[in-house]
Amino acid sequence: MRLIGPDVLRFSWGALVGYPSRALLMLLAMSIGVASVVMLTALGEGARNYVRGEFATLGTNLLTVIPGRSETGGFNPSTLMGETPRDLTLDDAQALLRSYSVRRVAPLNIGSAEVSRKGRVRDTVILGATHDMLAVRRWHIMQGKFLPQIRWDRAMPVVVVGNKVREELFGAEPALGRWLRIGDRRFRVIGIMGSVGRSIGVDVEETVYIPVASAQQLFNTSSLFRILVEARSRNAIASAEKYIIKTLQARHQGVKDVTVITQDAVLLTFDKILGALTYSVGGIAAISLMVAGILIMNVMLVAVSQRTAEIGLLKALGADHRQILAIFVGEALLLSSLGAVSGLIIGELGSLALRQAFPVLPAYAPLWAVVAAMGVALGTGVLFSLLPARRAAALDPVAALSGR
Amino acid sequence: MPVIQLQEIHRDFQVGDQVVHALDDVNLKIEAGDYLSIMGPSGSGKSTLLNLIGLLDRATSGHYILNGQDVTALSDTEQAITRNRTIGFVFQAFHLVPRLTAAENVELPLMLAGMPVDERRSRVAKSLAALHLSDRAEHKPDQLSGGQRQRVAIARATVTEPAVLLADEPTGNLDRKSGLDVVGILEALNDRGITLIVVTHDAGLGQRARRQLHMLDGRIRRERQGG
Repeated sequence: MRLIGPDVLRFSWGALVGYPSRALLMLLAMSIGVASVVMLTALGEGARNYVRGEFATLGTNLLTVIPGRSETGGFNPSTLMGETPRDLTLDDAQALLRSYSVRRVAPLNIGSAEVSRKGRVRDTVILGATHDMLAVRRWHIMQGKFLPQIRWDRAMPVVVVGNKVREELFGAEPALGRWLRIGDRRFRVIGIMGSVGRSIGVDVEETVYIPVASAQQLFNTSSLFRILVEARSRNAIASAEKYIIKTLQARHQGVKDVTVITQDAVLLTFDKILGALTYSVGGIAAISLMVAGILIMNVMLVAVSQRTAEIGLLKALGADHRQILAIFVGEALLLSSLGAVSGLIIGELGSLALRQAFPVLPAYAPLWAVVAAMGVALGTGVLFSLLPARRAAALDPVAALSGR
Repeated sequence: MPVIQLQEIHRDFQVGDQVVHALDDVNLKIEAGDYLSIMGPSGSGKSTLLNLIGLLDRATSGHYILNGQDVTALSDTEQAITRNRTIGFVFQAFHLVPRLTAAENVELPLMLAGMPVDERRSRVAKSLAALHLSDRAEHKPDQLSGGQRQRVAIARATVTEPAVLLADEPTGNLDRKSGLDVVGILEALNDRGITLIVVTHDAGLGQRARRQLHMLDGRIRRERQGG
């Protein structure tokens, strides 16, 4: 074996150091490419983990029952008869409590109404709920208590207000025990919600909560918007889902007219979307690696023309085609490796900066992205160096020695 | 047995739509240890002949026998290996790699031969010492005088202990004193058995050789014995 690996690297290193501006330019291009992949995939993965975290706070054992069947079907008698899906009722919700797989049921009604107190008025989202809603949605009470544990069909003039609503209606005054109006009805404030921020779908601070029966009276309806069901455990989700569908089908004259969405299914959908997003941004960033590869090719083509006499000399001293190839590909490999490592460091520092700036976002680049970025960097470096290396190896030694 | 034997060598170049006969039926035998100069005007074919002897170029027709082996039909890689082991080059323009030190420049042919690091370091040191360059080993070419650069080039050409040393205008870029020094070194190497072939315009240098070839229009027109 002629010309050993360490010699190739040493010679290539010398060539890089000998032309620092050229080497730095290529290094910069490669490191920007790798850093882009690392940072963008860290961002995508961070968003994915953030959403997963949010769902986890909602409780992954949660099932949501929605009136209507959302599936593509063939012939459906209800469509032929012009029937609309049957409403969900409080009795339906009550019936779901009978399964061992179900821990809690929270019927839910939602609407918008004018909330006022002493001349202060604002339109607010009104949530008709029950005592168990607090535990099902894992919310927290800041002051007072949540809705009382009463029969669901009993309307009571009590209200729990979101903190922002409290601020706007009561200002600095204490709110607990005071009365306010929702539409034309009076409600006594018994609690103030303590959860901060948005829980998916509901802005906890800007909502007021009243017993579900009171909400039905307020909105003049007997139906429910949703029924939230908490399964006893993750393993019980499937049996709870089966039970819900079977029970409601029996209660609705044998018609399957509800849709049950498990939290897992929603999470999986989000996971897929954000996963695809991560792959996409990673892919887009990888294009910059290809651009870096093309830059390496161009700069190395220039290098070959600048080092023609050196190539001629090496040939005169006994270098063959493969040795010249090895020297130039070795140079590209060295550059790509250095670029990839420095890009990885820059990318990781960038991800760290992202985590510092947005602490809720766990922006860590996935391992596959790091490995792929490094692999693509080395691959493109070598691939794009082949053309200049082959051109160098094919030079006529006599012409090359004279710099032609 | 001659170290170099050229039989009916032709080398043609296509220039536009014309064929130029750079070498035309060249026959030459060079014995081991010979000291030969090749002289002639520009375009006479002397550099082409040197490149061909140095395996940097191939004949259009004819046979080249080096050390008893017909090297005409060897592959490029085989010719490169033969070149590395058998032939040393000294160029007018020195052709030192500017970013490498004197020692690293001398080390190049050994590196290309794949020689172990320890062995080549000791050979480089010996070679530099023989040319009184030990104290310049870590100098880059731009820190050396013209004469020193050419001595480094000679060290590089001889570090593999080749049978043949080819020198193309070795004093062309040097002042008179340095030129004489370099010629002295080359002749000393020849005295120790190396076959020395010098291509030159300089009649004074050419006439120092024991065999003097005069070329014209790609042919050896005249051979004189001298030295």
